[in-house]
Amino acid sequence: MSRDTTLADIQRIFRDAVLGADDAPLSAVLEPGQDAGIAVYRTTVQKSLVKALVTTFPVVQRIIGPKAFNDLAQRFVVTAPPRAAHLSAYGADFANFIVGDSDATARAPYLSGVARLEWARADSYFAADAASLESTRLANFAPDSLEGLILHLHPATRLIVSRFPILRIWEVNQPEVADVPRVEMSEAETVLVTRPGAQVVMRKLTPGDAAFIVALMSGETLGEAAEAALAAQSDFNLQAALEAHFVNATFQDA
Amino acid sequence: MGAIPQTVPAVAGIGLRTPHMVSLAREDGNTALTAPWVEIHSENFLMDGGPRLTLLDAIAARYPVSCHGVGLSLGSAEGLDTAHLTRLKRLFDRVRPALVSEHLAWSVTHGVYLNDLLPLPLTEETLATVSRNVKQAQDFFGRRILMENPSAYVRFAGAIMSEPEFLTRLVEQTGCGLLLDINNVYVSASNSGFDAANYLRSIPAAAVGEIHLAGYEESSAGGAGGARLLIDTHGAYVADPVWDLYAATISRIGPRPTLIEWDADVPELPVLLREAALAQTILDDARLRNSNVA
Repeated sequence: MSRDTTLADIQRIFRDAVLGADDAPLSAVLEPGQDAGIAVYRTTVQKSLVKALVTTFPVVQRIIGPKAFNDLAQRFVVTAPPRAAHLSAYGADFANFIVGDSDATARAPYLSGVARLEWARADSYFAADAASLESTRLANFAPDSLEGLILHLHPATRLIVSRFPILRIWEVNQPEVADVPRVEMSEAETVLVTRPGAQVVMRKLTPGDAAFIVALMSGETLGEAAEAALAAQSDFNLQAALEAHFVNATFQDA
Repeated sequence: MGAIPQTVPAVAGIGLRTPHMVSLAREDGNTALTAPWVEIHSENFLMDGGPRLTLLDAIAARYPVSCHGVGLSLGSAEGLDTAHLTRLKRLFDRVRPALVSEHLAWSVTHGVYLNDLLPLPLTEETLATVSRNVKQAQDFFGRRILMENPSAYVRFAGAIMSEPEFLTRLVEQTGCGLLLDINNVYVSASNSGFDAANYLRSIPAAAVGEIHLAGYEESSAGGAGGARLLIDTHGAYVADPVWDLYAATISRIGPRPTLIEWDADVPELPVLLREAALAQTILDDARLRNSNVA
């Protein structure tokens, strides 16, 4: 090891070796004949990160198969390694990476949509705790003040809009489904992910309900959101939609 | 948050693994399936909320908890990630751990987290870096941390210190304690060609606050020149030579909180508890012999 090689240099060289395939610069700062040892570190780093992605994106894996997923995840790992040491935060960019990965998108055009749904599930599962808004709380408001009410989404609520039926695709690609049925791909879906208890819940929203939630997310009042919902779907039933949102902990008790 | 501040007794505990959390957290659970204390990987609990943290609260209300970090990267030349320090502190405030430990290793460079305990050249520059980082972490947490010896798969050219010498000086400079991983000593000794028993005799006994035991596996690819290459997989039973080194160490320095680490191919809880019971017999032997002498 040269006297001028600093610890920072060694760590940069090490990173390049374990994320890449070129051992030569690292070998130069080690004793001779350490290739097998370098391979242990490279394998651990890459395999453990791929495994973290398998845990978060099991349906993406099922859709394209273990071999193609492993290759895809490996490309992601070396291109976009984690920036935080808790791996529950790793994978937020996986869906975007899939969009730019020609092999993955050629296998299934809806793959990135499913990845966004799976990330939303993980993100919801690990989101902050907060009391959810119950229907009884709304009853305390005078009817004429309801229109101006602002409803805040619960920290664990996520909305995923896709031009593909991603929830249907997710459902038919569960491990217990032996024969994956044909799915009609022309149907767009908007899926609401919430965490009412210890489990994450996914619901496909009607066009009106989707417009309702989008409006609330952008800070509009209950009255304005209801108008947006009716504009998107003339038979939108506000009362029924709200009941389902209360049961599924969509809103936070602010 | 029901966690009560506890100390970890000098008995054998187990690493807390996801498949065992529910049965260990249960109040009315099978009393045969309990452990005297448990150790978590801190990084598995740094999320903002949700069911996993709720379950951890139940565990922390029942058992003394040790928080074992794998991601603080105390060997990083670029210093520590304050966001990570802050998340760890939030976890410690929540579970009020009896022990906090980290590794003599690094995993972060240029802000990228490599998810492995990567090796450090044992030089004066590295000692200064690790010392500075350990002091910063201890100041931030307001408590002492235990530093664990890693398993090594490569040897740096020009390393000027032995690991026991490095750890001894780190203890002197920072006041940190040591988490002595006897399996790692055995694995590194075998891979790097030093004497494990001699290494263990050179460790400052008073600084050792905890001991780790785990299983290793042999790489099928082999090491340099066809030599054996052992890998610390945490996926097997503790090997006989490691038990021998453990018994000799406990006999010399006295009982210490001892942990069975098994986090790959995690077995059923009773298997883990049987390994802990084996360690406990060695701790009991040492205690008995000490009291006979007194």
